[in-house]
Amino acid sequence: MPDKNIIEVNNLVKKFGNLVAVDKISFSVKAGEMFAFLGPNGAGKTTTIKMLTTLLSPTSGEIKVNGFDPTKEKHETRNSFGIVFQDPSLDNELTAYENLDFHGNLYHVEAKLRKERIDYLLRFVGLWDRKDDYVKNFSGGMKRRLEIARGLIHHPKILFLDEPTLGLDPQTRNYMWDYIKRLNKSEKMTVFFTTHYMQEAEQYADRIAIIDHGKIVKQGNLRELKAATKTKSLEAAFLKLTGKEIREEQGNVKDRMRITQRAWGRG
Amino acid sequence: MGAVHVMWLRQIKRYWRSRARMIGMLGQPVLFLLALGFGLGPIFQAAGQGDFISFLSPGIVAMTVLFSAMFSGIEVIWDKQFGFLKETLVAPVSREKIMLGRTLGGATVAMAQGIIVLLITVLIGFRPTWALIIPALLFMFAIAFLFTSFGIAIASKLEDMQAFPLIMNFIIMPIFFLSGALFPLDNIPSILEIITRFNPLTYGVDGLRGALTGVSHLGFALDAGVIVALCAIVFMLGSYLFSKVEI
Ligand SMILES: Nc1ncnc2c1ncn2[C@@H]1O[C@H](COP(=O)(O)OP(=O)(O)O)[C@@H](O)[C@H]1O
Ligand SMILES: [Mg+2]
Repeated sequence: MPDKNIIEVNNLVKKFGNLVAVDKISFSVKAGEMFAFLGPNGAGKTTTIKMLTTLLSPTSGEIKVNGFDPTKEKHETRNSFGIVFQDPSLDNELTAYENLDFHGNLYHVEAKLRKERIDYLLRFVGLWDRKDDYVKNFSGGMKRRLEIARGLIHHPKILFLDEPTLGLDPQTRNYMWDYIKRLNKSEKMTVFFTTHYMQEAEQYADRIAIIDHGKIVKQGNLRELKAATKTKSLEAAFLKLTGKEIREEQGNVKDRMRITQRAWGRG
Repeated sequence: MGAVHVMWLRQIKRYWRSRARMIGMLGQPVLFLLALGFGLGPIFQAAGQGDFISFLSPGIVAMTVLFSAMFSGIEVIWDKQFGFLKETLVAPVSREKIMLGRTLGGATVAMAQGIIVLLITVLIGFRPTWALIIPALLFMFAIAFLFTSFGIAIASKLEDMQAFPLIMNFIIMPIFFLSGALFPLDNIPSILEIITRFNPLTYGVDGLRGALTGVSHLGFALDAGVIVALCAIVFMLGSYLFSKVEI
């Protein structure tokens, strides 16, 4: 079934008090697809991902992830995906290797395969010689690479990547995306990602949804988006659809603290 | 390795790596032991209550276990703030297993702290009845398990550490002071007696003291029954609240 929808979202809403973070969005992602979710800061991307991955319960609307309802069939849903979060999520008091090993264990990756993958991925993200160092001594970029490596230890049906390459240099970004693309092909892994780098979406996404102020303003493949906006690049299409005003990351105190932490390379 | 084991191991590693700080946290119980033990000892003895160090030592061990266990449980808030909690929350592992691993980890750490203080009490002259050391350790473990679960239950409902002073002053301290850890429960005013009867730690301290010194106020069976039942109830409550955590 090549055209089976592995993610289906219908009229999904999330309110935080008076703030409508996600405003009745609907979309679907086909199995084996690479799907980009683009939008300015505060558009509602992370909130949507949190609802898809059982971390937040929706205010209303329906979700199906790999055929399961994340609000009711939490365990089955969790068995279907892997995720690289936007915010920091490592244990700073453990070493790089221990963080990955912990993850492999939680995801039931059998010991031999776990070691193989961890060794491979640590080399892949250039942290092999730092594997026994505590994560608290890592720079922001090193932590980010480690989080990506961690997300790739088990090979889930669906991989969520929330701004995975933020703050990484172009070389690293390229070879990470190539690796993810290969997994997408070889393992038929569906990839759902957000990014602020338009070129990443242009190059790797089969389909793209653009979200702004909690609403999806356009979705389709690259060609369709450019045609609909009469533009020549995704960047131009994006700006035309979302306007030129600069978005403050409003957020609550906690969000702002995290953002500051990350900006200072301590996240 | 199962999820319970890795969760447990993580707590143990963190403890071992911060052992200097953790040993430092024993300063408070040891201060209580020395100041109260030697300061009030003569009065206690004069009142015909026997050796105060013998009476006080199990109470101070229980205090150590209570504080370490509550702190371990409440550490979940740090995981929330530093973001690591998300990693465990999305894992395809039942919440009960995550909770159990974490509780066992915290309880093991609290036990270790309690045992160190027990050895210190022996150094300053406490002579426990070693024959009942196994039941004593089981009581310590029950206290540790109960209050780690309780700490996790509280942490599940909180966003950040701002409420910590409130928890310290209005939960942890009253549990400690109103438990019979520091004073005998016979001949106390009835209002105080009623309060202590509603305090879970009362049963833990009494059981522990019974095992270590042979003098129990409420009886082994009641102590063990209440503390085991509470462990089960609070663990289930903690698992439930933990399963409701949203990020
Ligand atoms: N826990 C929360 N409490 C209150 N508001 C929140 C919370 N999480 C996100 N928001 C708000 O919801 C909106 C969408 O945020 P988010 O989904 O993080 O956007 P994006 O990931 O697209 O940048 C923002 O205005 C943000 O401040
Ligand atoms: Mg985001």
